[in-house]
Amino acid sequence: MSMFSIFNVSGSAVSAQSQRLNVVASNLANADAVAGPDGQAYKARQVVFQTLPMGGDATAGVKVNAITESNQPFKRIHDPNHPSADADGYVNYSNVNPVEEMVNMISASRSYQNNIEVMNTAKSLLLKTLQMGQ
Amino acid sequence: MFANLTSGLDFHAKALVLRADRQRILASNIANADTPGYVARDFNFRETLGQMTKTSGSELSKAGLGLTLQTSTSTTHPRHVELPAVSSNGTLSGTGALVYATQSQPSVDGNSVDLDRERASFVDNSVRYESTLRFINGQSRTILSAIQGQ
Repeated sequence: MSMFSIFNVSGSAVSAQSQRLNVVASNLANADAVAGPDGQAYKARQVVFQTLPMGGDATAGVKVNAITESNQPFKRIHDPNHPSADADGYVNYSNVNPVEEMVNMISASRSYQNNIEVMNTAKSLLLKTLQMGQ
Repeated sequence: MFANLTSGLDFHAKALVLRADRQRILASNIANADTPGYVARDFNFRETLGQMTKTSGSELSKAGLGLTLQTSTSTTHPRHVELPAVSSNGTLSGTGALVYATQSQPSVDGNSVDLDRERASFVDNSVRYESTLRFINGQSRTILSAIQGQ
């Protein structure tokens, strides 16, 4: 369906990117979280994007296929006085890498902006098409 | 006689449809800029429009509108890759109609979307879409004033 499907395509991309931004936010919020009594700290999460076909042609949107957890080792810091320290005196912190998350955040926000701009262009073109012959 | 009046409009209408198709494909490429394994797609506009207007091409030249297209594949640089045109029935749904872009800056995830290129193409295509619109508007206004005789 002509250019109207641009709104579906870019809309799906915008929602996928905002989900990515959400995940980045929760990773950054938990960057300094320590492990609970079970010794398991917060694991950094990542979204996995997948192409979402939208009715033939090359019209393809995006969807978040899965959210994976990082298997990097936890950050272990020796602090015997900490209430969450284990028998060896080590505290497990989450395995979030703040630098990686910041880069991820910038990338997500740029992609978000790109898709918004695509939608704006499509909108103005469609409005001009509406005025055809006037 | 009336066909002579509107044959120019027909050409631009086809061009407009094709521009809208290309706009949609480019939007898909931009939307999938972060999808692992996605391969950017595009098509050769000139060839496709040439194939779509092949039947009406003689009529156009007969009408003296000078709108016949040069349909030969000419590349302006020896390193350019020739793009095949879409299927002759004029629809983009045929297999092999669309071509795939190669990676300009190879990435580990296999994504071949070059965001700079796609955005440039997107803006270029929207300007050309608008110019086609203006052609249609101008021609329809000409026809109207001819009909009204004012």
